[in-house]
Amino acid sequence: MSLQPDLPEEVVALAATAEASPRIARKSFGQRAWRELKHAPITAWIGLLIVAIYIICAVFAPLIAPYSETALVGDAYEPWGDQFLLGTDQLGRDMLSRLIFGARNTVGIAFLTTIFAFLIGGTLGLLSATLGGWTDQILGRAVDVLMAIPQLIFALVLLSIVGTSIVNLIVIIAVLDSTRVYRLSRAVAMNVVVLDFVEAAKLQGEKLGWIISREILPNILPPLVAEFGLRFCFVFLTISSLSFLGLGIQPPLADWGSMVHDNATLINYGDITPLLPAGAIALLTVGVNFIVDWFLHKASGLKE
Amino acid sequence: MNAILKTVLQRLALGFVTLFVVSALISASVELLPGDFAKEILGQAATPDTVKAFEKQVGLDRSPVTRYFSWIGGVLQGDFGTSYVAREGYTRTVVSLIVPRLMNTLFLAGMTAITAVPLALILGMLAALYRNTLFDRLINVTTLTAISSPEFFIAYILVLFLVARAHIFPALSTVDEDTGFAERIYRCTLPALTLLLVIVAHMMRMTRAAIINLLASPYIEMSRLKGISPRRIILHHALPNAWAPIANVIAVNLAYLIVGVVVVEVVFVYPGIGQLMVDAVSKRDLPVVQSCALVFATTYILLNLAADIVAIVTNPRLLHPR
Repeated sequence: MSLQPDLPEEVVALAATAEASPRIARKSFGQRAWRELKHAPITAWIGLLIVAIYIICAVFAPLIAPYSETALVGDAYEPWGDQFLLGTDQLGRDMLSRLIFGARNTVGIAFLTTIFAFLIGGTLGLLSATLGGWTDQILGRAVDVLMAIPQLIFALVLLSIVGTSIVNLIVIIAVLDSTRVYRLSRAVAMNVVVLDFVEAAKLQGEKLGWIISREILPNILPPLVAEFGLRFCFVFLTISSLSFLGLGIQPPLADWGSMVHDNATLINYGDITPLLPAGAIALLTVGVNFIVDWFLHKASGLKE
Repeated sequence: MNAILKTVLQRLALGFVTLFVVSALISASVELLPGDFAKEILGQAATPDTVKAFEKQVGLDRSPVTRYFSWIGGVLQGDFGTSYVAREGYTRTVVSLIVPRLMNTLFLAGMTAITAVPLALILGMLAALYRNTLFDRLINVTTLTAISSPEFFIAYILVLFLVARAHIFPALSTVDEDTGFAERIYRCTLPALTLLLVIVAHMMRMTRAAIINLLASPYIEMSRLKGISPRRIILHHALPNAWAPIANVIAVNLAYLIVGVVVVEVVFVYPGIGQLMVDAVSKRDLPVVQSCALVFATTYILLNLAADIVAIVTNPRLLHPR
């Protein structure tokens, strides 16, 4: 079995017996992904395209953006023109550049927060499901209490106490959002924990870490991946709302939520520029939702 | 009926326990205060004496348990403490700050709820009945876009078209005690419309999912096979079982409404409790923040409790949890 050189012998032996049964020839990940994509609905393609554009903007922001995100390059509120494609903001910074850098700051911070939320919530949820008993009870009740307070309100309380900074923001939102991840990962893991192969692994004397990461995790990955997309949208909207309220990502960093807030007066004069960052937020969320919809549709086996 | 009463009482008791724990949590979060908090609030010029006096006011010199009980004892008697922020030389009690603003918020939320709930339920049911048609797909994409947008995006789009271009509504929804009822409704229209769009989208999607879930159940298929008219299936067979999920949808979305109200109030400078809280957070005015949080959390818990109780009353199966 040259395919799996790094696996222990008994697993290879198991795989060999599995290989003997008739099945479709194994294809590489790239080939399979392409196959899926060819049959993907148009909405999924739009979603993927949107996300790709945002990632390119975020990664290559300094190369794409004509100016720096913090430099004062003109007068305040300059109109759209050749020098400043989308005009300037309330301090005279280039709007387009800040929009591009915003992809890096806003999306990056939301992404980081979601990853933390999954690390915390996912780990605790899996532990809860695997260990059961008191661990499960204590964690479950703690999460119940945290979820009894609306998330934005609780975030506001905590921010007023520890003060607004990016680190505080990430930690607070990650912890509050991990409660939702905990609920889901615990619920789906519960269904897997009772299956025979987990029991077999336990009897075999495998350690807790192995059981969680090698036996349970691979089997609950699809719902978790879909949840990651949805959680990301939620975190992204929460952080944008907080930034809009002036309590999230702090200046001078370019951030879409605060950009809307700072330039909002322009809207009263019929100028749509301040709507662009808000639209950027909405567009990304819609894109991710499209992908998640498609993924869920696939994972659920095409049922209605 | 006796069993129902017992379960409802149990739920109520559970709700009060949750309220107690949540209020304790809000009070305990003060423990996270950084050490130099007094300095930050009072400024660098604070003398050790004023710092000490301030810490005494916050209650940092007492144990968390005593502090909690003196706070919650005050709250139960209608005394929410005093704001840190002095205005025109004197500090105001939290109650005098919160009460008028809470009334404003309730007015806005009530106005939204009265219009949003029937609209969303009707549209959701229509989408469920005509699922997979063009109408349904159109609604699906529109509502998805609406719930994916931050509230302030929808708010400013409305401002752009209805204020800046068409000049129908005022840009700011400032109201005070002297504003008449009709004037108040007129000024609240834009914030209410923003909330309406978000809430209706959420509620519709959830109603649609709940109804479709229900229509897929075997007994509905059976009644369809018997040849009963669709109208009768919906009204006599589906609807009685749909009340629980629908009540749940309404409660969840009203709970969502009280959170969404924060952002919308800031956009339209509406003097509600959400804006009060945001202001208090940026000034780190803890008594106001905690009291606002308590008000929001209580509403949230009560709404969820109400949904639970409606679900139990309309679905006797829930009386016997497995």
